[in-house]
Amino acid sequence: MKRTAALVAVLALLGVTVWLVWPSVPEVRGQAQRITVVDGPSDDQRVELDVTFFPPPEGGRAPAVLLAHGFGGSKRSVRAEATELARQGYAVLTWSARGFGGSTGEIALNSPDYEVKDVKQLIDWLAGRPEVLLDAAGDPRVGITGASYGGAIALLTAAHDPRVDAIVPQITWSDLGDALFPDAAGGGPANGVFKRMWAGIFFGQGGAVQGGAAEGLEALTRRPQPMTAEQARCGRFLPSICEIYQDVATTGKATPEAVELLKASSPVHVAGRVKAPTLLIQGQRDSLFPLGHADANARAIAAAGTPVSLAWYDGGHDGGDGEADWLREQTLAWFGRYLKGDDTAAVSAFTITRDGGRDPGTRQRIRLHPEADAYPGLGGTDVTAVTLSGPEQHVANPPGGSPAAVSTVPGVSGLLGGGGQGTTGLSIDMPGQSAAFESAALTAPLQLTGSPSVKVRVHGSGEVTLFAKLFDVPDSFQPPALPAGLVAPFRVTIPEGAGSAEATVTLPAVDHRFESGHRLRLVVSTTDMAYATPAEPASYRIGLVSPALSVPTVSSLAAPPSGIAWWVWAMPLAAIAVAAVVLATGRTGARRAAGPPAAERVPAPDDAPPLEISGLTKAYRNGELAVDGLSFRVEEGQVLGLLGPNGAGKTTTMRMMMGLIRPDGGGVRIFGEPVTPGAPVLSRLGSFVEGPGFLPHLSGRDNLELYWAATGRPAADARFDEALEIAGLGKALERAVRTYSQGMRQRLAIAQAMLGLPDLLVLDEPTNGLDPPQIREMREVLKRYARDGRTVIVSSHLLAEVEQTCSHVVVMHRGKLVTTGPVSVLLSTATATATNGHGPRLEDVFLDLIGDKA
Amino acid sequence: MTAAPGYAPRRTLPLRVEIVRQFKRRRTIVAFGLLLALPWILVIAFQFGPQGPGNGQGLRISDLATESGLNFAAFALSASASFLLVVAVALFCGDTVASEASWSSLRYLLAAPVPRDRLLRQKLVVALGYSAAAVICLPLMALLAGTLAFGWDDIQVPGTGETIPALDVLPRFGIVIGYALVSQLVVAALAFLISTVTDSPLGAVGGAVGLWIVCTILQAVEALGVLREFLPTFWNNAWIDALAPELDWSGMAKGASVSITYAAILIAIAFRRFRVKDVVS
Repeated sequence: MKRTAALVAVLALLGVTVWLVWPSVPEVRGQAQRITVVDGPSDDQRVELDVTFFPPPEGGRAPAVLLAHGFGGSKRSVRAEATELARQGYAVLTWSARGFGGSTGEIALNSPDYEVKDVKQLIDWLAGRPEVLLDAAGDPRVGITGASYGGAIALLTAAHDPRVDAIVPQITWSDLGDALFPDAAGGGPANGVFKRMWAGIFFGQGGAVQGGAAEGLEALTRRPQPMTAEQARCGRFLPSICEIYQDVATTGKATPEAVELLKASSPVHVAGRVKAPTLLIQGQRDSLFPLGHADANARAIAAAGTPVSLAWYDGGHDGGDGEADWLREQTLAWFGRYLKGDDTAAVSAFTITRDGGRDPGTRQRIRLHPEADAYPGLGGTDVTAVTLSGPEQHVANPPGGSPAAVSTVPGVSGLLGGGGQGTTGLSIDMPGQSAAFESAALTAPLQLTGSPSVKVRVHGSGEVTLFAKLFDVPDSFQPPALPAGLVAPFRVTIPEGAGSAEATVTLPAVDHRFESGHRLRLVVSTTDMAYATPAEPASYRIGLVSPALSVPTVSSLAAPPSGIAWWVWAMPLAAIAVAAVVLATGRTGARRAAGPPAAERVPAPDDAPPLEISGLTKAYRNGELAVDGLSFRVEEGQVLGLLGPNGAGKTTTMRMMMGLIRPDGGGVRIFGEPVTPGAPVLSRLGSFVEGPGFLPHLSGRDNLELYWAATGRPAADARFDEALEIAGLGKALERAVRTYSQGMRQRLAIAQAMLGLPDLLVLDEPTNGLDPPQIREMREVLKRYARDGRTVIVSSHLLAEVEQTCSHVVVMHRGKLVTTGPVSVLLSTATATATNGHGPRLEDVFLDLIGDKA
Repeated sequence: MTAAPGYAPRRTLPLRVEIVRQFKRRRTIVAFGLLLALPWILVIAFQFGPQGPGNGQGLRISDLATESGLNFAAFALSASASFLLVVAVALFCGDTVASEASWSSLRYLLAAPVPRDRLLRQKLVVALGYSAAAVICLPLMALLAGTLAFGWDDIQVPGTGETIPALDVLPRFGIVIGYALVSQLVVAALAFLISTVTDSPLGAVGGAVGLWIVCTILQAVEALGVLREFLPTFWNNAWIDALAPELDWSGMAKGASVSITYAAILIAIAFRRFRVKDVVS
């Protein structure tokens, strides 16, 4: 007990010391400064960039990471990420891109003539820093990461500057023209449908955000600043870009100049020059830069032999979870591998975030990250053809394009700082505007990973703008769900006089599981709120060229071992082993304490005395001896009185006779058998020690019967009648024991001790609580009991009691044997002390013996 | 002659005897009475409670309770699994040895003699039996009460609102009850262990329930992260997965694993301690 307490104290002290001495995480400090760069097509424009440099907190030279911000943000919006990266041992440089935050200059949409040149000069600056690891003079070890606008600059800089060693572009575009003027029928931006709402938000964020500190809710709540006419019109955009935007936003058609301008800002056209290993992280909830953009970038980069990995995570410009921790892990692993040369940091070629249901403990959503060793592309590794059916259907384009169908409301979650749940499922189609083609209920679950495609025929005339979506239709009353809220806009031009045209529509790339019993529904509609649609009313007929919808699946995507964790089966087995050990060691302990090993045991002779106690010792917890080297012997037919004052150790001795407590030394033998807890020989012992013990809710009779049943011995051996006669309870026997008086319980308990007429009867203070007639009766019962060849041991602190009942006596005092012998002998040896004329009394003998004479 | 004629250690304290000894107790009767009455009280509460405007709209387990007998039984189980059944199990297992000690009848059983391991084993079996009966009787009575009150219908899954045919879900219901039993093993073992070291039945029951509450509180500390998975209470509600459209075993497997682990060790400690314990009550 003391040892345990000491151990706990030492451990606690150790824990506190370690906690106090443990080196604290070094603090990351950012150094804000301004760096002047020169850019422009002819390298003659000076721009001041507002940067913050975070040296590696550990000191020394470390690889550098350029951390770019998103559109509408500034260096301040990535501060937390920068601090975290620096803490991981990188020299981090954040900057506000030209036209944002505290930097001067105008927004040129990551143009190679402007922003890319700026970043190249930031790399020059890093090369001159004493904290940055160099590959060669003027060539720092540097990686670039950033999301959206910042992801594109990572790709473009890596394409234009071979000094870049690794990049992690997130949720960014491959071709900005394709992003703003998508055409799912493959017509390119010139034929694309204007992504009106996103474009508006995108350009709106480049507005007059001076001082650039506002994002998220702050941007919505802060007081607007007065602006000049030019600022109000073009914000901080380069005037040439502003002009083109104004033009296309008005007409909803991409002009050749616009296409050319956007192409210059599009990484996919220069991605072949990227030599830095690239981890492309794209959001599954992104109607601005959907997964197809990462696919195009990945293919272009991989074509040049550069290592590329892709991750589709639960996030993007439309919200989703964001998985900030997971993205950080992936980014750190990528940089760890390619900047620090840590080969253990591995990122799979292709990772997808999937819904793993709810955590059974917290009931919160969990995400799985199945991985594949190779990126299969949007076509998947296999293609399942799902048969759609539906007749040709009439659809109409409403005048003015209103009311329009709703799929995703762009920018809502993005403006509110992201992180909100996406709007999957909230999808409204207007009556009369859409044609639907549906599959039969699936017989097996179908995991779509990639872009499905389908061939449709459109009857009508001229240019037809349409939107294709693939719904998941459950079998019950739930509304159909539009995975990720994505639509595929496409434009079909029907030649004069042809009356109809075919189009192969590539549906948005998603990762979605269609459950068994669900149906797939292709909906082709004429409007979508997020896109510019023609204002003239028109009507068309839409049908399927082929009923087959090809659904790509990726069989190589293996969920990382999410099944049963090793500890699920290992832990119970280990516990059972531990339990077995606990029990086994406990058993040997019991055997050691139980007396001599089996080999030393000799079979008890038939004439062994009923009770033999030798050297019996038992200490209290505090070390005081309750019984101290007690030895005596009881012969058959004796009524032995165990006499001693209160606290002499009588009851403790009796408990040891019953095997209830274990002696610290010496032992008890009953009929020659050593007494251990539960030793079979105890069945020959009847006992009543320290008061009765009954189940209060049961009647006296039930108590005795159940007690006897608990011994497992035949009911006939119990001699209930004899025992009950001794109890003398009469009708009270049928009442619950809790209604009994003290004396009734006492008698019932003695009767219980006598059940089966045991060879040795041990009674502790049997006459306590009995009235005088009952005491006398009890004496007779005990004497009679012993006369039949059985043995009785009675403890008492009453001298008269022992004198009148017992033939022999054992006198104990303070745990020690004082004397033992026949009562008569004891009395005769004490004549000397008899002084008052009467015969010798046990009281005198007793007082004499225990030394209270003084 | 080493033992009295007819005495055999393996015949001592037969299960039948222990069952009778425990059954006639008021505590047992009241506990079962309460568990069997609870579903009817809930039925009455649902029948007479004010009908909200959104009745039948929500998809929480309580909103769906009146949809069918099966839904009602699921609700009754969810409402009681976190506390009522814990108390019931702690009562049966925590009281069993400690009450004998407090009545002083333990020493007479041991001197009968019922070997100590056998006494614990028989008591544990009977206590677990009563606990299992308690865990089983509540959902069964709820199923009966719910079917009489709300009709026999397919179950509507909480959360998603999907419907599973009643006949398909009946075996799942068996899984739910089975898992509830396994997950209560920890409480049972803990209460049993405390029962062997104390003379106070209330102390044993209260101790087990108290530790259970501490675990539930610790479970809410997100900062503990993955460590919480190893708290005995963490997987307590994993049986809900058995009523999901797709039966998911992973949570229940983990919960059963944790439960069995704790139970095995606690019970082993109980036996080991009791074997060498000085019985002074």
